[in-house]
Amino acid sequence: MRNALLLASCLLAAAACRREQREIVHSPAASHASGGIVRLSELQPGQPTPEVEVRNASEEKAYDINEGKRLFAAYNCSGCHSHGGGGIGPALMDNYWVYGSHPENIHDTIVEGRPNGMPSFGGKIPDYQIWEIVAYVRSLSGLVNPTVAPSRDDHMQVKVAEQSKKEESTEEKKKP
Amino acid sequence: MRLLFATFQSPLHPAGPYARAIERLWWVFFAITAVIYVLMLIGFALAVRKGARRKQADLSDEATRSGARFITIALSATTVILIGLLFTSIATGRDISPVDDKVTREIKITGHQWWWEVQYAEARPDMIVETANELHLPVGERVKLILDSDDVIHSLWIPNLHGKRDLIPGYDGVLTLTADKTGTYRAQCAEFCGLQHAKMAFLVIVEPKADFERWLTAQRLPAPFPKTADQQHGQQVFLTSTCVMCHAIKGTSAGARTGPDLTHLASRRTLGAGILPNTLGNLHGWIANAQTIKPGVLMPPNPLEPNDLHALVAYLETLQ
Amino acid sequence: MNDQELHLRLSATWHKPTGLWGWLTDNHHTTIGKRFIITAFVFFILGGIEALIMRTQLALPENHVVSNDLYNQLFTTHGSTMMFLFAVPVMEGLGLYFVPLMIGTRQMAFPRLNQFAYFSYLIGGVLLYVGLFGNFGPDAGWFAYTPLSGPEFSPGKRVDVWAQMITFTEMAALGGAVSIIATVFKHRAPGMSLNRMPLFVWGQLVTSFMIIFAMPSVMVASGMLATDRLIATHFFNKAEGGDNLLWQHLFWFFGHPEVYIIFIPGTTMMSTLVSAFTKRPNFGYLGMVLSLIATGFIGFGVWVHHMFATGLPQLGLSFFTASSVLITIPTAFQFFSWLTTLWHGKIHFHSPILYSFSFIVIFLIGGLTGVMLASVPLDWQLHDTFFVVAHFHYVLIGGAIFPLLGALTYWFPKLTGRLMNEKLSVVTVSLLFVGFNVTFFPMHQLGLMGMPRRVYTYLPNLGWTNLNLLATVGAYIFGLGSLLFVLNALISARIGVIAGDDPWGGADLEWATASPPPAYNFLYVPTVRDRYPLWSMEPDQPLVTGLATDRREILVTKLMDAEPDHLYETPDPSISPTLVALGAGIGIIAAIFNPWGVPIGFVLAGLGLLGWFWPKPPHKELLEPQP
Repeated sequence: MRNALLLASCLLAAAACRREQREIVHSPAASHASGGIVRLSELQPGQPTPEVEVRNASEEKAYDINEGKRLFAAYNCSGCHSHGGGGIGPALMDNYWVYGSHPENIHDTIVEGRPNGMPSFGGKIPDYQIWEIVAYVRSLSGLVNPTVAPSRDDHMQVKVAEQSKKEESTEEKKKP
Repeated sequence: MRLLFATFQSPLHPAGPYARAIERLWWVFFAITAVIYVLMLIGFALAVRKGARRKQADLSDEATRSGARFITIALSATTVILIGLLFTSIATGRDISPVDDKVTREIKITGHQWWWEVQYAEARPDMIVETANELHLPVGERVKLILDSDDVIHSLWIPNLHGKRDLIPGYDGVLTLTADKTGTYRAQCAEFCGLQHAKMAFLVIVEPKADFERWLTAQRLPAPFPKTADQQHGQQVFLTSTCVMCHAIKGTSAGARTGPDLTHLASRRTLGAGILPNTLGNLHGWIANAQTIKPGVLMPPNPLEPNDLHALVAYLETLQ
Repeated sequence: MNDQELHLRLSATWHKPTGLWGWLTDNHHTTIGKRFIITAFVFFILGGIEALIMRTQLALPENHVVSNDLYNQLFTTHGSTMMFLFAVPVMEGLGLYFVPLMIGTRQMAFPRLNQFAYFSYLIGGVLLYVGLFGNFGPDAGWFAYTPLSGPEFSPGKRVDVWAQMITFTEMAALGGAVSIIATVFKHRAPGMSLNRMPLFVWGQLVTSFMIIFAMPSVMVASGMLATDRLIATHFFNKAEGGDNLLWQHLFWFFGHPEVYIIFIPGTTMMSTLVSAFTKRPNFGYLGMVLSLIATGFIGFGVWVHHMFATGLPQLGLSFFTASSVLITIPTAFQFFSWLTTLWHGKIHFHSPILYSFSFIVIFLIGGLTGVMLASVPLDWQLHDTFFVVAHFHYVLIGGAIFPLLGALTYWFPKLTGRLMNEKLSVVTVSLLFVGFNVTFFPMHQLGLMGMPRRVYTYLPNLGWTNLNLLATVGAYIFGLGSLLFVLNALISARIGVIAGDDPWGGADLEWATASPPPAYNFLYVPTVRDRYPLWSMEPDQPLVTGLATDRREILVTKLMDAEPDHLYETPDPSISPTLVALGAGIGIIAAIFNPWGVPIGFVLAGLGLLGWFWPKPPHKELLEPQP
């Protein structure tokens, strides 16, 4: 009996391990702001070097993604991208990516900035926070594990107004 | 250090009429309940002594009658005392929650994880004074605190001035209070609000009206332009590094509102929401890595070059 | 049929299955009750260890025994464990074990429901501790105020674990409560009319009714919290028309009655001990019963005194002050009645009565500080400080744990057949008494010096250090006392003095059978002519005969006067209730990760229910024409 309990708790704990990790205190090393890490062009001098896959550890941690969500608002990303729906800047909850959807692409976008308005945050945001924001941005379009991604926000939600719904339905009725 | 915290944080050292009314009520309750406790213990001791000495249990009708008599009398006395206490309490409650709105000043206090934003309301926007983790009050003046929260529920508790009132997101709480004794009082968040609930304090500084007005006028000014080359370098560090993402300094281009307003940082007595005296050394440590001092604080570590850090601190020290 | 033959036949019919299969299928009330008690004590020890770690952390300012993140998990788990996994289950466990014995019947009304309740409770408790040990223990407090516990501020599965644990334990509590009510109403021995029921049974009855009205509130609330977190509903989101204060109302509408759910059984154990060790009926039986019922009713009208600081209107607050003050009157009545009983009785000094004396000295302080906290102005100063921590430990440990330990010492023979070691018990109760007061009395002062609750540390120069250190020393003494109690129980259960049927000369029916009782409880169901049946037993006291011996038949009596009504067969051991609990458990836990868990759980539990309610062919003799 006791063994069974022990086994069950080990299994559950193991299943939870990455997702539930929380790094409350960050080392100063993780706070250094870094430069870009990926190539944007396939053209390169000399022998082609293989692409390096970047694994974003924050993407597996619920706490980190939630921190990304908080920072997304705190650093005013929502000013242009709204809460993912887009506005001045492109929407982030769809599956259309101008500069790539890989974590390293998004990291680069944030660090370097992009033409037509995306500012460069390089040197302004600690690196670990950028990775948290990257994880959150990817969670907006469902690219991270749903059990890790944050659920709803505490502010008002984007949705179709009641009024317009009514109009739609009456129009549909008129059609036939 | 000692001087800074040699301040009371206790409902039993009132510095205002409301806290005093509550203190008086406390002593009334304390005296009456203490007497009841002693009487009950005496009764209990007598009953045990009597019961221990008996040869056998007394089952007679006379025992039943006398027992019933005792219970009736004791219960009636209890009821009378309780009703008395109830009315005393309600009377005090009315005294300390005035319905009239005759206040001279409105101050908006917003709770954040884990610091306090304090805003002195004014009709003209440029006259609004904004500070953090420090509440200055003129002595003898009735002020109205408007309470709100930016994230989770906090609770404002200045024990020397009044009881506590929750800061609930989406609800505007109101607390009217008067301080009639000058001094510095410590206050602390009283509702569990996450990782650093323990280190979310602030100071209430009650000062003579003239001093208060002087303080208020000084706080309205924007930050002075840095004079020495070191200070100017410090300002550049502030405006080009992580600091500017969250903090505002009036008179510069820094205007973010995520962290406390730093326009008059050097005039404040504490750092990190009432947990460290505002000294040069502490400021260095706080900027370099606040997380080791207050684990979980939302301010990230800032690995600046030593000369940049010194310049930054030199600049921040000019923000009187 | 002679007694020996009857014993053999009944033993065969009521045989308790053994081994692992028996552990999963047995539904006898003594088995389930004992399991509840033992499991609850395991959780009590775990909760106590958490408390000791917290006290160690707070012994010195700026201490680094645990991080703030772990501290928050510890105090949340400590509170949840003590309320949901210890106090309520242990009281219900005692009820399940002793109510049928005290009212003279062979089985509870719904034995399979009890079996289901136990396994729900076990799964819920294990879930909470898997969370804590896996570093995803809940960290939003046992009260889990929104929005802190909501999706925005509590990422990960920590709070979900808490919310689902609530579902399990409340399901268990409700199952037990329904079963106890039906048993008390319909299974009493002939002659035990409502006004002759032992006070302990009355307490269990009132408590069970309170559970039925209070628990759904928190189950609904935690369900709403879980849907807010998992499928993005907006019950507690003000921006979308929800309300985060709603959580507090729902939670405390349960939370305050919860205190009385724990405390009422405590007072009735107190009454049992006082009358047993003074050899005298309790004074004012009618008043005592009315006090219990009044407490049960008024207990539902005081919840807002947990929310005085939220800024509700003054007039409304006064109402709740009045009701909170009012509720002391019934308890005061019980106090005066105990004093009178002690006065007119002949006190026999054994360790259980020492626990009762501790109750009087300790609980009284908790009750009086409770009157202070009922006052709105005082509450504004004292709320959420260590004063409140002191208050409710005085109420709950003083008012429930001390009588509980006393009652367990008193009933130990009925549980194991042996007496607890008297000398060790005296040492235990002294350690507990001293340790308790050294721990919690200084906390009153700390609260008045401005120390808030739920802080993981404090600054060195606030003057709180000495008292905190003292409290920590006290906590270790109390811990030692608790350890001694458990050791005493473990040792005495093996090598204690054989007690015999009735070592104390008790008054109630549980002492009329062997210790521990046989599987069928009573060879002959007794009859009752008085409130203290064993003290008024006549030599020619009639016994009930004619119950079938080849099946688990019991006598059902009428609600008011317990006149014999009809015979009823209670169910045999079965695996189904365990499977239902397991199925529901899989569903509820899976729902944390995927909404599909809910329908899957329904299907699994439904399959188990098929087995549970599969009709049994009627006995042949019932099909034969009756003469």
